[in-house]
This record gives sequence, structure tokens and C-alpha cells, in this order.
Amino acid sequence: MQPHVHTIYRQLLSIVLVALLSFTAGAEDISRDQIKGLDEQVQDIKKDVLNLSTELARLEEKLLFPSNTQVSLFISMHEGDDFRLDSVQLKLDEKVVAQHLYSFRELEALQSGGVQRLYLGNLKTGEHDLVVSYIGKAPAGGEYKRSGSYRINKGVGPKFVEIKIAGPDTTEQDIQFRDW
Amino acid sequence: MAPRSFIAALLMLPLFAHGSVKPHQELRDIFYGEILYHAYQDDYFEAISHLDIELGQYKALDEPGLDSFHWHRGQAEFAVGDLELYYRMHQRAGRAIEAVMAKNVSESERNEAAFRLARLYYRKQDYVNALHSIELIKGEVPREIRSDEVFLRAQVYVSVGKFDEAIKLLKELKGDSAYAGYIEYNLAMAYLQTAQTEAAVAMLDELGKVDSDDEAVLALKDKGNLKLANYYVENGDAEKASQYFSRIRLDGPFSNRALLGAGWVEVARKRYDRALVPWSLLHKREQTNLSVQEAMMAVPYAYSKLDVHGKAAIMYGKAMDVFANEIDSLNASIKSIREGKFLTALVSKQGEKDKNWVVNLRELPDSPETRYIMELLAAHDFQESLKNYKDLAELRQHMATWLDSLSVYEEIIELRRQYYEPLLPQVEVKFKKLDSRIRLRIEQRDRLNERIRSLLVLRRPVYLATADERASIDKLAKIRLDIEANPGMVSDDTLYRVKRLSGILDWRLETEFDDRLTRAYKHLQDLDGVIDDLNKQYRAFVRTRQAATQSYEGYTIPIQQLRTRLGNAEVKLKRIMARQGRVLEQMAINELEQRRNRLEEYQIKARFALAESYDRATKAQEQKLKEEQEKKFMEQQAATATTPVEDDKVTP
Repeated sequence: MQPHVHTIYRQLLSIVLVALLSFTAGAEDISRDQIKGLDEQVQDIKKDVLNLSTELARLEEKLLFPSNTQVSLFISMHEGDDFRLDSVQLKLDEKVVAQHLYSFRELEALQSGGVQRLYLGNLKTGEHDLVVSYIGKAPAGGEYKRSGSYRINKGVGPKFVEIKIAGPDTTEQDIQFRDW
Repeated sequence: MAPRSFIAALLMLPLFAHGSVKPHQELRDIFYGEILYHAYQDDYFEAISHLDIELGQYKALDEPGLDSFHWHRGQAEFAVGDLELYYRMHQRAGRAIEAVMAKNVSESERNEAAFRLARLYYRKQDYVNALHSIELIKGEVPREIRSDEVFLRAQVYVSVGKFDEAIKLLKELKGDSAYAGYIEYNLAMAYLQTAQTEAAVAMLDELGKVDSDDEAVLALKDKGNLKLANYYVENGDAEKASQYFSRIRLDGPFSNRALLGAGWVEVARKRYDRALVPWSLLHKREQTNLSVQEAMMAVPYAYSKLDVHGKAAIMYGKAMDVFANEIDSLNASIKSIREGKFLTALVSKQGEKDKNWVVNLRELPDSPETRYIMELLAAHDFQESLKNYKDLAELRQHMATWLDSLSVYEEIIELRRQYYEPLLPQVEVKFKKLDSRIRLRIEQRDRLNERIRSLLVLRRPVYLATADERASIDKLAKIRLDIEANPGMVSDDTLYRVKRLSGILDWRLETEFDDRLTRAYKHLQDLDGVIDDLNKQYRAFVRTRQAATQSYEGYTIPIQQLRTRLGNAEVKLKRIMARQGRVLEQMAINELEQRRNRLEEYQIKARFALAESYDRATKAQEQKLKEEQEKKFMEQQAATATTPVEDDKVTP
């Protein structure tokens, strides 16, 4: 290669380097200490707000969903099930209490083992009918619809029911209910 | 930045987001599953908030071992540190991990905590503490983090200048598919630091052959190829440099730099026509990119070298127009940023479509305030500051919602008070009636119980006589008294009958005693059932009354306190957010001003180059004209020479 390459490339490098370093050079009036100090303040306020969030959540639960009437319905999927869930509807005593359309990230979170609390409400003690319906797309294509029912026996304590739904390609039952 | 820190910052590491949060076992607590749901969506605020609640409740239990959260406790304590780290709360994350280490935990758990602490320090670029933490790891390391620990250790060693140790560890890791590409790249960098250039080149070449679909690994391959190409350029081997430039993907993050470099390599070989191939591609790309802007000067330069001065002049002219437009855009952007529109755009709805907001920023409508956003994001400090600003904006929204909610709660409480307070006195009357009924039944039950118990000790059949039998016993007793008072008036037959009747009664009571006692016991049990029902009613009553009272009592002070704290936090947050915003604006303005200055320099160079190209084009044209005129003249001369001249004719 001709020695000229070196010179030209040096020029090129110097241009790129100037471009890369320009930020540092230009940002002289914003010191690293200033950025660090500000970052620490941001961390502090995050901590304060998280504490407030926890306390508010407790207050909300006590005020709006006291333990003697509280009922929570959770949606989960089998890990690795590639069924494309589109929506879920929950009916309690023939009344629609929740319906949800799933975004890609929400679906991914369910497929990875996350559990979504889809409904948090209040119920009297006694028996209640729960009907779950869901719609999605099967991996092979085409719409896949299923529905299932369950009798919730609400006692004096809070009630937590997990609804595990499955796509067509799993060997599992379409809908499994579990009292927690 | 110190050279070593700079090297470390350049080191690539794969991201294993949520690896530590994911349960090592089957999900045993539904609420831990809910935390995962938020964490998997990168919704760290919600995930940490839920985890704090669960850990708080778990710690407050008398017998935490009986709670299902117990199964995930150890992991949850690690997870909280990791989630805080993802949420860029390094201080709290560090404290959470140190708290785990301070506990009386197993060697394996302590090592995992030390690993996480080292990783935290490493990410904060605090390499000395990272080294100190990683060296605390002794003995058994949990299987799940074994490779991660070795890789992190290697990274830390590189950062503190222990290159040989790092090379040894990275060599051990080779073949681990989770780190494919990263090991080769980091090894190459470590070799370069120890002047083992040949080994570094070989490793980068190996990196170029790594097979992967992972976009991050593909980008790393491109980066390796770019480094190799640059290495060969510096060593004067244009052939090889060109070869490595051509390996870089045309749609990858390093493609612009590769196209620019490939062109310069051809220029160095004086193959200007070939340089035009990559540069022409680059020329059509996004004009805010530095490489593209440079290509705008490079293309006419190549044309001028090919003596196509006219075309070069036109392209310099176009470049000047583009630069002028860009300078106008930059000025408009700087003005817009100074007017505060930049920050508004950053927290706009378009930017908040989902948690991939950094990616979504590309989709923001083209406006002066956001035009250079992707270019600005290339700077780490800017990116971190922007994330902080975005987090603060999110917190501000949460707080505004909470403050509104508090007012609604107060309204709910007031409505409940208005509904329940007039009802409670009537309820209280009914409650008292029920209470006295229960007491009466309990007393009766206790009496009966006592009697049955005494009968078990001392047999008294008469105690179990029926009402008729009791009446008969009383009548017979009265008859006996009458007989005793008037013995002469009673016949033997009468006496016999009285005795017979008494005997029958005694016989019946005696023989039926056991059955009657059993029946009495069953009746007692029935009474217990009645009392149980009454007690259930009583408890339900107490619960309902308590729930009614608790639905509006005892909230006033907590709500007031929360409102005050929220108000204080809001003031603090607004102050910090304003500061963060100013820093962001200043960073953006500094960067854009630098760009503008560079473009102004380009403009000057382009102006001179344009003039020179015009000059040369004009000269070339004049030369061509002159040549054409000379040629024409010569042709005319030649034509004149061959045509017979009339004047030369000889007349007789």
C-alpha cells in the first residue's frame, strides 16, 4: 500500500476523533461531578417515591379492598407456550368484571412465567360463578377460542384464584384454575 | 477519563436482564409471579414497589416460614437489588446486596451476593471496589452464575490492568455459547493491551466467523471487522483493510463508518472511481450522520481527482446547500431547545408508547427539537441523563395521580361515614339483643352440661324424668303424704296400687337411665350447634360492624400525612427534574453547536473546493476550446493547402 494511505487515514481518523470528542469538549460547563451529584439526587427521590408508593398501596388495599371481601383473579400461561393470546374476558356471576387486550410485551411476560393480576375486587362470602373466555391465534394460524367456568367459594379471608390458560399446541388442559 | 476506564468502557458485555429475578424453581407464590410480570416488561418501578410490599409483609409475619413467599425469599432479596440496579438506583441496590452479605447465609449465597455487588461497582465504573468485591468470592459459586462470574472477573481484571489474568479466564470461557462473540472481542482487546497484536488480530478474525442470529453479536462482529480494517489501514495493507471493510453489514450500526473507510482505502490506492462506489451509497443516507456529511465532501473530491471538475463543482455546490440547510436546522434545533420544546417532546405521548421508548424516539415527528435525538443518544452521559429525566417524568405522573386519588379516597370515606353512622345505633340495639340471647343459651348449656357431668359421677335417674313422669312422681308423693296423714282411711289395695305405680316409675327411670343420659348428651350437642350458629352470627355481626366502622374511621391522619409527604416529594422532584432538564438541554446544545461549527468548517472547505473545481473546470473548458479552435484552424489550413488558388492561375 502506498504511504499516502497512512496520511489520508490519519486525516480521516482525526475527523472522526474530533467528532467523537466534540461532546466532551463542548460539555465542559457540565462537569462529571455535577452529573454524578444529580444522579444521586434522582436516586434519592426514586427511593422516596417508592416508599410512598408502598404506603399508598397498603392504604388502597385497606380502604378499597379489605381482606374480608377481597378477591384477586390472576392470569398465567404455561412457560414457553407460543400461543398468541389476544384477549381475555372474565365474568363473575354473569357480569363482565374484566377484559384485556394483550400487547406483545405483556404476552412475552406471561410466556416467560409472569402472572398478571387481571381483576382485583370485592365479593361477598359464599359461592360465585367465574367464567373465563379467551381468544388468540394458534401458532399454525387461525383463531383459537376457549372458555371455562369455575365456582369460587369465598370465605371470610381474601381469595386468590389463578387462571392458567393454554394454547392448542400444549398437552395441558385449556384452562386450569387454582386457589392460592 | 483515565485510559484504563476508557478501555473498560469499551469492553463489551452481554446483558442478561431478569436472569436473577426469574425463579430457580417452580412458582410457589402468586405475588412473586406478579412481580415477574412487571419485571419482564421492564416496568421496574411497579416491580420494585410490589416486591417491597411483599418483603415488608413477609418480614412482619409472626411465622414467616408458613407463608408461600418464604420459598422465594432468598431470591427476592437478590432480585430487589437487581431490579433497583436496572432502575438505576445503584446506592439502594448496593445496600440491598450488602444486607444479604451481612446475614448468616450459606457460602453459595454469600458468593452470589459478592458477584452482584462486583457487577454493580463494575457498571458504576468503580473498578477498585469491583475487584475487592469479586475477590470476596471464595469456594462454591452457584451453578447459574458460574460463567457470569468468570466473565465479570475477567472484565474487572482488564479494567484494573491485570490483562494476563483476564486472558487466562477468557480462554477458559471459550466455547460458552452464552458469551459467543463477547469472549473473542474481549480477548482481542486484552491481547492488544499486552502488545500481543498478532493474537489480537487472530481473535478478531475469529470473531468475524462467529455464527449468530443475535443482533448484538452481529453488531459486535461488525465492530471487530471495523477494528481489523482500521488496524490494516494503519499498517498500510489496503488490500486486507478493504477485505474487512467489505465484511461489515450494510444495515448494521457500523455500516456508515465502514462505507466511509472503504472509500478512503480506494482513494489511497488512487482508485478514485472505486472509492465512489461506497461513498455514493453513503451519500444517499441520513444527512445528520457525521460519516454521511463527510461523504458529501469526499464524493466531489473523488470526481475532481478523476478530472470531472464540472461534476465535482456541482456536488460541492450541493454539499454547501445541504450544509447550509443543516446549519439552519441546527440553529432551529438550538433555538427550540432553548425554548424548552426539547424536554416537552421527550416526555410526549409518542415517546411513551411503551417501555421501548428509546427506540420509539426515532418515530417522533421530525421537528427541530427532536431531529438530532438519535445522534445525541450516542453519548452515554446524555442517554443516562435522558433516562433519569424520563423516570422523573413518570414519577411526576404517578404523584399527580396519587394526589388526585387521595381526594377521591376522602370523598369515599365521607360517603361511607354518612351512610353508616345513622345505621349504627339501630345495629347496636340488635346487636345487644343477639348478645343477650347468646348469653342465655350459653348459661342454659352450661347448666345442662354440669348436670350431665354430675349424673356421670352420681347416678340420679330422677333427674332425667320427663315432665309427665315428674308430675306423676309429685302426685304420688302427695298421695303418700295424704296416706301418712290419714292411714286408717286407705285400703291395702290403694297402698298396693301406690307402691306399684312408684315401682313402675322407678323401674322405668332406672332402666331407661342410660338411654336418657345418652339422649341428654345428644341434646347438649345440639344445643352446642345452636350456640355455634349464634356465635357465628355474632362474629359475622362483629366483623360487619367492624368493617363498617373501619371503612371510614382511622384514615384522616394517614391521608393527611401522605398528602404532606407527597407534596414535599413533588416539590423536591420538580426541582431535581428542572435541574436534570437543564443539564440535558445544555448537553444537547453543546453537541449541536459542535456540529454546527464543524459544518461551518466544511462549508468553508467546500467553498474553496468549489472555487477550485470551477477554476479547473473553466480552465479545462478553455483548454478544450483552445484545442478545438487550434484543431479547427489546422483543419482550415490543411483545406486551404489542398485547394488550387485562383490567383496562382497563370493567365495567357
